[in-house]
Amino acid sequence: MTTILQPIGRTFLNGLSAMGRLTLFALVAVRHCLTPPFYPRLLARQMIEIGYYSLPYVGMTAVFTGMVLVLQSYTGFKVGAEAAMPTIVVISLTRELGPVLGALIVAGRIGASMAAEIGTMRVTEQIDALSTLSTNPYKYLIAPRLWAGVTMLPLLVGVADVIGILGGYFVAVHKLGFNEGNFLKNISDATDFIDVFSGLVKAAVFGFTITLMGCYHGFNSKGGAQGVGKATTNAVATSMILILILDYFLTELFFAR
Amino acid sequence: MSSDLKIKVRGLKKAFGSNVVLDGVDLDVPRGKSLVVIGGSGTGKSVMIKCILGLMQPDAGSIEIDGQEVVGMPARERERVMRKFGMLFQGAALFDSLPVWENVAFGLISGRGMKRGEAKEIALRKLSAVGLQPEVGDLFPAELSGGMQKRVGLARAIAAEPEIIFFDEPTTGLDPIMAQVINELIVTCVDMVGATALSITHDMHSLREIGDNAAMIYQGKIIWAGEAKDIDNSGNPYVEQFVKGKAEGPIRMPVRSF
Repeated sequence: MTTILQPIGRTFLNGLSAMGRLTLFALVAVRHCLTPPFYPRLLARQMIEIGYYSLPYVGMTAVFTGMVLVLQSYTGFKVGAEAAMPTIVVISLTRELGPVLGALIVAGRIGASMAAEIGTMRVTEQIDALSTLSTNPYKYLIAPRLWAGVTMLPLLVGVADVIGILGGYFVAVHKLGFNEGNFLKNISDATDFIDVFSGLVKAAVFGFTITLMGCYHGFNSKGGAQGVGKATTNAVATSMILILILDYFLTELFFAR
Repeated sequence: MSSDLKIKVRGLKKAFGSNVVLDGVDLDVPRGKSLVVIGGSGTGKSVMIKCILGLMQPDAGSIEIDGQEVVGMPARERERVMRKFGMLFQGAALFDSLPVWENVAFGLISGRGMKRGEAKEIALRKLSAVGLQPEVGDLFPAELSGGMQKRVGLARAIAAEPEIIFFDEPTTGLDPIMAQVINELIVTCVDMVGATALSITHDMHSLREIGDNAAMIYQGKIIWAGEAKDIDNSGNPYVEQFVKGKAEGPIRMPVRSF
């Protein structure tokens, strides 16, 4: 019996310990985000990296998601599709697909690159070098990334919402022959503030999660190239899982009554 | 006399799980002198230097810098003490996203808030002091050879004219000629800024070139300390085995490193 329980207990305790370390890391990182010195040049670089360079990937995902949504809804509904479709497209994109798919794409792109970059800096002692040069690594490396993640993800998701709806419009009007004026009016009527707002809040939370995971795993990587590879994998995998878990709780927070 | 000591370490302990790496290190570094600590791979040299630098928290013991206890010091005060330090890392640890001059000027710009133009002038002067042309300043670390990276690392270590400079295996991975160049540069630069130096190495030639004093660490303890010139006549069988590089003797090399 003991031989069965011991590994289970050890795994459980290791899990708790890892959560504790992550929480401490997050608290320290947030504290450094809010206290000077700030590095605007580094923040701008991270905002461009996360926001501007992710735009083509998120945009492509959004446009095809919008197109597929319309096509799937049309083939599914058949009768009454023209009236129901705008609501389906708007709610699906703004509440769910925009923030979640956008965040998953950014997690794969940015989470991996952050973990690899910071992980390489760790194993080549560049992070130690920062400390010896009177520069706090949390303020220099972590804070600009967290700020960029929290601010850029909502912007990306906002753009993705618009592009996704345009994709849906294109298929609905030009392929399925829906009335253009009706489609746009229904889209406008179906758009509620809370749908868009909840999606943007989700995006900010996901942005924080992705950058935190990338920084945490990179910052704590060890053991050379293999360690950096492991950190990169862990950063992406944990980000993606956390995005889906947090999505449920945020949805419940906004819409469960 | 304690006031003559720039660094004073007493009873320093550090373990990773059940593996005891430092087991009560006592070490004195006199002001203005260059102390070289020798020891085999995995004997705790790097852990000791990281504890003194504040990059690692020791489990027990005392570290005094200029007579001031730094173990358990609040982070803000510790950052102030850090300003006294310069460090040349084993692999140079240059920031590969920044050009060479910005690497050298990094501590001045980021750590001390100096204007970039002024910091660049100082950086180019320091590069010149380690024998590098101003054009090198615009290159990136990946474009440099190992020896040039070490020179840039040395220029960065002395850029802010620190009171204490640490050297972690300064000649490892270099050919003998470049190793000698680096040794000579270390001596010149330490004299130039009037710093106290603490180096760790297993290169005996380097020890003789850059050390005023020497100490040997083995199994987490300092087992011998004295003047560098006396290292060949230490009378200590461990030191003798290490200095002469004999496979047979009292030293058993650990398999794992830290």
